[in-house]
Amino acid sequence: MTAVFLTFVLLLSIFLGFEIISKVPSTLHTPLMSGANAISGITLIGAISSFQLDQTTAGVILGTAAVAMAAINVFGGYLVTDRMLSMFRKKDADDK
Amino acid sequence: MNNIDLLINFSYVVSAALFIFGLKLLSSPETARKGNMISAMGMLLAIVMVLFSSGLDYKWIFLGLAIGGSIGVFSAKKVEMTSMPEMVAIFNGFGGGASLLLAWFEYLSRYYGAQSPPLFTAMVMPLSIFIGGLTFSGSLIAYGKLSGKIPGRPYLFKGQQTLNIAVVFAVTLPAVLFVWNPAAGHPWLLAVIAVALVFGILTVIPIGGADMPVVISLLNSYSGLAACAAGFVIQNNILIVAGSLVGASGLILTNIMCKAMNRSLSNVLFSGFGSDSGTTSGGEQQGEVEPISAEDAYYIFEAAHSVVFVPGYGLAAAQAQHQVREFGELLEENGTEVQYAIHPVAGRMPGHMNVLLSEANVPYDQLVEMEDINSIIDSVDVAVVIGANDVVNPAAINDESSPIYGMPIIEVHRAKTVIVLKRSMRPGFAGVENALFYGENTRMLFGDSRETITALINEFKE
Repeated sequence: MTAVFLTFVLLLSIFLGFEIISKVPSTLHTPLMSGANAISGITLIGAISSFQLDQTTAGVILGTAAVAMAAINVFGGYLVTDRMLSMFRKKDADDK
Repeated sequence: MNNIDLLINFSYVVSAALFIFGLKLLSSPETARKGNMISAMGMLLAIVMVLFSSGLDYKWIFLGLAIGGSIGVFSAKKVEMTSMPEMVAIFNGFGGGASLLLAWFEYLSRYYGAQSPPLFTAMVMPLSIFIGGLTFSGSLIAYGKLSGKIPGRPYLFKGQQTLNIAVVFAVTLPAVLFVWNPAAGHPWLLAVIAVALVFGILTVIPIGGADMPVVISLLNSYSGLAACAAGFVIQNNILIVAGSLVGASGLILTNIMCKAMNRSLSNVLFSGFGSDSGTTSGGEQQGEVEPISAEDAYYIFEAAHSVVFVPGYGLAAAQAQHQVREFGELLEENGTEVQYAIHPVAGRMPGHMNVLLSEANVPYDQLVEMEDINSIIDSVDVAVVIGANDVVNPAAINDESSPIYGMPIIEVHRAKTVIVLKRSMRPGFAGVENALFYGENTRMLFGDSRETITALINEFKE
């Protein structure tokens, strides 16, 4: 039953994703992609929740690497997107 | 499920809502930054909450967080805006890689030599590893091509497609054997990893530099799908929701890029377009090229009521964004209306030119999309083409024999005057002659675009 439930979630989120993201203007497509990088770092949550005590050496290496890789995306992705978006300015806002 | 797990899972619902709301705010440059913050809040909430799970091995988790976090922060602060495509490419790879590692880790720590996972889990495990692996190695190749570490030209060889198909079939064998007996299936899982890595390389290596916007959009999508698949492995909703949002986003961008080049996705992936196949079409060009000096161009600009800049990647390559912005401001002071028309495939990734111009302080309300400028292009006095070629080639509209026929372009040839800033008469990526340069209303301003614009700025200041 879990499989069905998870597939439901998948299906609905994909439709939702198409709806929201098709409204993003082309001006913002690069920040959208780097923001998507950050969100794809969600694997971090999975890696942490599975990292139980008493791992084998191989487990420790794989788990730590998974956490690290996903964390690069989360931290790097959000920060660089913010840096980019801070450069977008409106015409009159900056005309002193 | 005990109370704390219940609470954690409820917080994931909140996180998902924050991701969705954050993406929704990305629909306008005005609210986009807030949207990104909200999305980051959602992520922070999920990270904090998951740390409350029982029995976690904190020292390794925090070590991983510290390593990954500092690399992430460092690269986000350091990266040049011209290098954003490389950064997104490698981050796509990390996303895929993390999902591969997570699925592998989950297998080793819970099922290896122990109880077999439920059939469904056993089936999504190799799938997650396959998508993650191909995203990882494919993105590394894309990164190498974009950063010039490996040559951008497509590598083509006979039987490439047959080989690709063979590889896809090759992966099903170890995957099936794994599902047959997961507890003892570790060698088969390793085989899936190896095939996935090879497949990623094989998919991206034949693709030329000009098609990179499509490839990184597609890999962006895969990185989301990989997270999604990993979510199925560990049965975690938030991974599925967030992963599919990313997957959808990448697919939309891939589709936009393909449409903007008038090509199908399979054509991009398999044809090796952008190789030096030397497709010159339509025979000899009629008409003369009319060069113009910066001084004469100045008089045209001075008299113009409206000027539209059409930048291509050549602008970024020449690092001329700041000069263009300064020149644009001088024109505005002179009472000219200034706009920047941006083709969807200008630059090395979707929306790249917009970021580069914003960095140079061009306000976003002056950045206009292709459709919007084409509807008013007839009334534009001067269209200035800087470092763009194929995206303004009228052959896309009126020459059926041209390889780029049907591709949507910015129709600068309909403007009253066109000034093309160009280093030489070399054709663009598609290797197609450009009739625009021979048009009656076209003037060619030869030279390095950065120096040329500086010369124009000086003319105005005198």
